[in-house]
This record gives sequence, C-alpha cells and structure tokens, in this order.
Amino acid sequence: MSQLEYIIQQIINAVSLGSLYALVAVGLSIVFGVLKLTNFAHGDVMMVGAFTTVLLIGIGMPFAPAMLCGILASAVAGFLIERIAYRPIRNAPDVTRLLTSLAVTYILENLGILLFTSSPRNFPLPDILNTSWQLSGGAITFTNINVLTVALTFVSLIGLGWFITRTTIGLGMRAAAEDMQAAQLVGLNVNKVIIIAFIVASAYAGLAGVLWAAQAGVVQPQMGFTPLLKAFVAAIIGGFGSISGALLGGYMLGALEIFIVAFMPDVVVPYRDAIVFALLIAFLLFRPGGLMQPNREIKL
Amino acid sequence: MATADPLLRVDNLEVNFGAVRALKGVSLDVREGEVIALVGANGAGKSTTLRSISGLARAKSGTVTFAGTVINKRTAPQIVRLGIAHSPEGRRLFGGLSVAENLRLGACTRSDPDGVARDTEKMFVLFPILRERWKQLAGTLSGGEQQQLALARALMAAPRLLLLDEPSLGVAPLLVRHIFDALAELKRQGMTMLLVEQNIALALELADRAYVLRTGKVALSGIASELRVDDRVAQAYLGAAE
Repeated sequence: MSQLEYIIQQIINAVSLGSLYALVAVGLSIVFGVLKLTNFAHGDVMMVGAFTTVLLIGIGMPFAPAMLCGILASAVAGFLIERIAYRPIRNAPDVTRLLTSLAVTYILENLGILLFTSSPRNFPLPDILNTSWQLSGGAITFTNINVLTVALTFVSLIGLGWFITRTTIGLGMRAAAEDMQAAQLVGLNVNKVIIIAFIVASAYAGLAGVLWAAQAGVVQPQMGFTPLLKAFVAAIIGGFGSISGALLGGYMLGALEIFIVAFMPDVVVPYRDAIVFALLIAFLLFRPGGLMQPNREIKL
Repeated sequence: MATADPLLRVDNLEVNFGAVRALKGVSLDVREGEVIALVGANGAGKSTTLRSISGLARAKSGTVTFAGTVINKRTAPQIVRLGIAHSPEGRRLFGGLSVAENLRLGACTRSDPDGVARDTEKMFVLFPILRERWKQLAGTLSGGEQQQLALARALMAAPRLLLLDEPSLGVAPLLVRHIFDALAELKRQGMTMLLVEQNIALALELADRAYVLRTGKVALSGIASELRVDDRVAQAYLGAAE
C-alpha cells in the first residue's frame, strides 16, 4: 500500500466522520442561534430517530421509508420538546434553561431505557448499504453507507442553505439569531420562527441519528451522548450559533480525529479524545467566538 | 384638521424600568400627515416613548391609541401589522444579512409581492446607495449607509406611521443632510412621522409640531417654527439634570 493510497483512505474516513459531526453540529447551532440555549436533548432526539427507524425496519419496512419516518419522529419530538419544556421558560435565567435542557435529556434517555432496555440492539442495515468498494486492489475501501452518509449530508445541507437564504422564515431564523428584539420590530412572529427552527434542527438530528447508528451498527438509549459532545466541540470550533461555522467545525473535527489516529505515533493515539477536548478548552479560552465569529463573546 | 381624531394618541403614559420611572405621564398626539418632533436631553424619555408605542416597552399605566385601536397591550409584531414601523435607536440592522435580505424582512408582514417590489424601487430612488450595496452585508456598511438601510427597512412595512429614533446619530455630517432631505421628501409624499432627534435645529426644521420632554414629562409643546425661537427649549435641555 502506497503512501498516497493511505492518505486518500484517511481523507475518505475524515469526510465520512466529519459529515456526521457536521449534521449534528448544524442542528445544535440552529437551536443555539435562535434561543441562546445549549440543547443537550439534541443527542436524544437523534436517538428517537434511530430507534424509530430500527423498529420500523424490524416490522418489515424498507430502509428508505423507515429512515424518513425516523426523521419525522425526531422532528415531532423536537416540536414537543419546544412546546412543553422550553417555551414556558424561554425568558427564565440561563441556569434554569440549562438545567431544563439536561432534565429533558434524562427523561428521554430513561424513557428509552424503560421501553427498550439499555442493552444495544443491532441496526439491521440492508445488504446493499454494507457492500464495500475496493479501489487500488483493496488499498482504499469504503462502504455504501459511507457514500450515503456523505451524499445525504451534502444534499440536506444544500437544502438548508436554500432555506435560510431564500425563504422568509429562514431569513427570519438568521435575523432572530442576531437580534431577537429587532426581529420582532420588523414584525416577525418569533414563536413561529423558534418552533420551525426546532423542527428543522430536530429533523437534522434524526437524519444524523439514523446515519450514526447505521455506521455504528447498533442503537441504544444513551447513543446520543457521544455525538452530542463531539458536535458541541465542532460547533464551538466553528463559532456557536453560526450554521456555516458548525459545518466547518464538524469537518475539521472529523479530520482531526482521523488524522490523529492515522498519522500520529502510537503512544499519542489513545489520547485522541483528550486532545480534542483540550482543543475545546483552548478555543473557549482564547477564541470563544470560534473561527467564524472571532469577535463574538458566547454564553453557554 | 383640529376636529379629526389623531392617528396616534398617547395618553398619560407611565413606564418604569425597575425602580426608575422613565416616563411620568406623557401625553401627545400625531395627526395623519404630520411630522412631530420629540426633543429633549439624554434620559428625558424620548426613546422610551417610541419603544412603548411600538410594543418594545410595557407601560405601567396610560394608553396608546392608534387609528382608534388601543395598542399598548399588543405585541411588537402585531403593532407592525397595524401600521406602525419603528426605526430604532442604534439602527438594529441584521448585520450578517445582506441589504436585500434586511429589506425583505422589513416587508415580512406584507402579502402583496407587487407592492413590495414597487416599494423596493421607491427605496432605490430615496436612497440610491442601497442599490449599489444590494448584495453587501449590512454590517459592512458605513454608519450613514446603515442609517439609510434602517429607514428603508422600516418603510418596507408600508407603515401609516413611522417612528424614527435618532436618524442622525453616528452619521457623517454630509450624509445627515442627505438623510433629512429624504425625510423631507417622505413628508412631502404625506408620510406621518414621529421623530426623536438630538439635533434640535434639524428636527424643528423638518417637523410641523414638537414636544419637548424633560425627565419623563412633556415640558413644552407647540408649533415647530415657533419653538425654534423659544428660549424655553434650550432651558428644558439645560434643566434636564434638575
């Protein structure tokens, strides 16, 4: 295996992982943008989508419609979370909102454990998505689920780009993220903007949850925790609340993790997550607005 | 004119910020087609008056009546839909959005695309710089350009009453002239305006009538051209600290 092939393989891995991080981080950033709230329940909304998909495949539904239903289930979950948990405390102090978001996380996870137990379940991926591609005589390999992940990430993010630049409600989301009061002053219905932001962000969480579980091969009630943490790091790197920042941060984090494992000495490799979180701390200390918003202060 | 109901009537308005009484019973009225100036020293309550009309500040007591409807319990978006647009202090543009996007949001309460397109063309006549800066982010514009965009964004709501807070603040002197020329043109077209302005000379030149606020109360009111030569206006400013 040549050096070049090895590098190409790592780039493929980085893009595939980065896509997942970007999908989760974009959703987190949308919610943070309009509500200035770190939505810890975002990871659990992923779990809702993944479980719905697995259960529907289990009763014989094909993968594609099952995934669509999973995304829909996540969107509904996001809608309910906003209406029931977050809307009543929208103007409460930050600590109250943060604790509420943690409470929603625990409620959803424990609900998942009650319904499905905490032991992992197999994700029944159709054979076609497990098919792997071998290039250069097997030196470069990837599976169809990698291809699907990257393709769906690109398509859905292009869709999001259209939504936030071409539709009034999408523009309203960006406006409300910048200045909620000014958004009300031009006549935007802020409740509508916020609920739609939640639905969109949760649909992205659903898509990310299905793809994450499909790549991991398992679903379990606590599955949202790791992606949430990673997406949080990605969003901070990019600039929390900025959608393009979340995208950039997601791909940078994916690349960083893959390259640490691929190119660093073996003794460093076990410290991968430590390096990632050290980076998070460094950003919070020295560049809290992230790459895209160098001058902005953030509050968590 | 004297017998017709005013378009806007503010009656004995009181607003508190915590323990501070920002407005202590302000009353004023604006008739259709009039330009009214609201002048006074810093902290006299000018911006607070505008904010309680547009729904950003809540009155403790008193009423705001617009076109026969009591509006001081309504939300800001509802008040925009009733026909009041507010170009706020500090402009409050969406800096990460383009000029085009800011104007589009200014018209977000409207459902007449043809009318919106016509009004956009009007904005280009009134503020030609906006056409040049069309795709540029609002945050990258100069102070004067931002102020023009803020006025245009408010006008895009096709309001019956325009509230203007300090249109000359942070604007280069040459552009201040240009902005007040545009406001004079709007007045000529019949736009009703309630204008808060630090620059008394400019404000009284444009306005038909004026109210002088002092520490949350109307100290003086009258015909703008008469107030221009009234010593008591200057005294109201000097006495602001009390």
